[in-house]
Amino acid sequence: MATMTMVKALNSGLRRILEENEKALIMGEDVGLLGGVFRVTDALQKDFGSERVIDTPLAESGIIGTAIGLAMRGYRPICEIQFDGFVYPAFDQLVSQLAKFRNRSGGLISLPVVVRIPFGGGIGAVEHHSESPESYFVHTAGLKVVTCSNPNDAHWMIQQAAAGDDPVVFLEPKRRYQAKGEVDTERAALGLHQAAVVRPGSTATLIAYGPTVDVALASAEAGVEEGHDLEVIDLRSLSPIDWEPLRASLRKTGRAVVVHEAPRTLGMGAEIAASLSEECFYSLEAPVLRVAGYDVPYPASRLEDDYLPNLDRVLDAVDRSLEH
Amino acid sequence: MGSVDRPRPAKKTAKNRRKPASTNEPEFVQLLTPEGKRVDHPGYELSLTDEEYRGLYRDLVVIRELDAQGTALQRQGQLGLWPSLLGQEAAQAGSGRALREKDTVFPSYRELGVQWVRGLDIISAFSLFRGVDLGGRDTEADRFGIYSIVIASQTLHAAGYAMGVAKDGSVGEDGEAVVVYHGDGATAEGDFNEALIWAGVFNAPLVFFCQNNQYAISETNARQFRVPPHQRAEGFGLPGIRVDGNDVLACYAVTRSAADRARAGEGPSLIEAYTYRMQPHTTSDDATRYRDEAELDYWRARDPIVRYRSWLTESGLADEEFFASVDAEAERHVLDLRDRVMNLPEPEIADMFDSVYADLPAELRAERAEAVAFQASLDEGSEA
Repeated sequence: MATMTMVKALNSGLRRILEENEKALIMGEDVGLLGGVFRVTDALQKDFGSERVIDTPLAESGIIGTAIGLAMRGYRPICEIQFDGFVYPAFDQLVSQLAKFRNRSGGLISLPVVVRIPFGGGIGAVEHHSESPESYFVHTAGLKVVTCSNPNDAHWMIQQAAAGDDPVVFLEPKRRYQAKGEVDTERAALGLHQAAVVRPGSTATLIAYGPTVDVALASAEAGVEEGHDLEVIDLRSLSPIDWEPLRASLRKTGRAVVVHEAPRTLGMGAEIAASLSEECFYSLEAPVLRVAGYDVPYPASRLEDDYLPNLDRVLDAVDRSLEH
Repeated sequence: MGSVDRPRPAKKTAKNRRKPASTNEPEFVQLLTPEGKRVDHPGYELSLTDEEYRGLYRDLVVIRELDAQGTALQRQGQLGLWPSLLGQEAAQAGSGRALREKDTVFPSYRELGVQWVRGLDIISAFSLFRGVDLGGRDTEADRFGIYSIVIASQTLHAAGYAMGVAKDGSVGEDGEAVVVYHGDGATAEGDFNEALIWAGVFNAPLVFFCQNNQYAISETNARQFRVPPHQRAEGFGLPGIRVDGNDVLACYAVTRSAADRARAGEGPSLIEAYTYRMQPHTTSDDATRYRDEAELDYWRARDPIVRYRSWLTESGLADEEFFASVDAEAERHVLDLRDRVMNLPEPEIADMFDSVYADLPAELRAERAEAVAFQASLDEGSEA
């Protein structure tokens, strides 16, 4: 066990990938000499060389498009998109190319490409640096989408994502980058696509992922004073979703609140609410509620505390659920 | 073969001396004039064996007939769509034949001719447009990519693949070149320009082979660029050359030179093959809305097969007996193709699920089972 920040945990995970698979590459803007704007790839180019840790031209479609070609040649690229809001120039290469090649080829071509994207808000950034684009990718068959909420998951999930043969969009909650946590450097506790019950409870279930897991845990702690015993589930994998822990929790608590930063309409919460309504209808004591970003463009940073799900909004939703 | 649009030299009238609307007669590398006269071009000497020269004729004719069969099959309802390459046979056969076995091609969606001369099974082009599958093939094993319909998207895949070739150290005499085919329309896309940047910056062993067939569906070159693609290459730091795309010998010579350069580790280059799409964009298009007969006549007079046949005859490399044997061979290929297309197996509902992921998620497995069972229940119902 070691205590480290999420940035360091990712860095050590990436280092192990490069050590263990000579076909693994890291590519992106400023990932080499600078070590990435968040330093996630710090010192990797120094240790593995510029043929394996590649500073690319400033062209997101080019990053994903050439990663596809490299993967066809047998390489295993791990791409970095510098910020969430910069992924859209690569949209075609992600959703029509990377996601669909295996299907288009009748299963003959595998594209083991990981696309790391720092995502979400809460860091006081200028526009296009705080977005939550996960629904676009979850809606796209052929991609897998995961996100880590703590250093241990970051360390292991990046390695698991790189080990598979399917393309993975790997979302990193940038406001949790500097949060420290225990990392078990010996073995992974969970598979890449498993959800985790991070706090058991009985009153209601909070379903969160990435940056909102911490919000949900803080809400659960605060809820104790109000007499609530809230269960918190970290979804971890957004595509595919590990449904069984969610259903089991719902059968126990009968109430659920989904918490995410992305806008509410057609967000992860919509799919989770619909599916749980279909699968757990007779266990539900209340509708599945959503605490999400508002259906507006991400606001100017002085307003982001009002936009992002927070403890007050989560506990208010729990109260509304319990009123049913 | 009477059904095929057999090219013929246009009559010399004032009307059909009209130049294409978008451009004047360009400067380009030409080794064979439209009249079939062999000319030299400095830097592009070409001396093939007699058998190779005759082989190129066979390629041109077979490709034209196979392509015509694509159009015919679409007209008969056997294909949903067919993007004809009529008029572009020389660009495809010449460039494709100039490559070596280890070279890799990334096609657009009109590269039936390249696919043919690479010695590959062409059925994937027809299964795609028949709608029984998505035209899949194994790029690395076949050294030929999947047809790419999102314009210019394949240029980046080719650039990345070529970077991989360089990383593998597959350079030098025994090295590999990568060739990406695209059209004039693709040159306006961001991906194409990014691919030029990447290929240049990483010195990738890549040849951009632009078939400038004058039209992006209805839009002429004037709507795609202010300077022709081969000139644009210079701004990206790589050599660009324009070649008469209806001259199979020139296409061969220019592509061989660019591929040699790539293999030698000297980096990427861009070829603009100046040609013409004689048919509409696809069988769904109506080209009479945007071009006239006079323009077609201008290009009929520059037909790639007529001039080549004329030169072969004049130079004594082939005679009528040979030409007749090629026609017969083409017909055999066409009949074989037709039979295979008509007998392509129909896909089943489970097929749409099976190749989406290497590791099919449990929820998708369940959805697949549900869809299969539901379809089966309907089938049972209709049989009852």
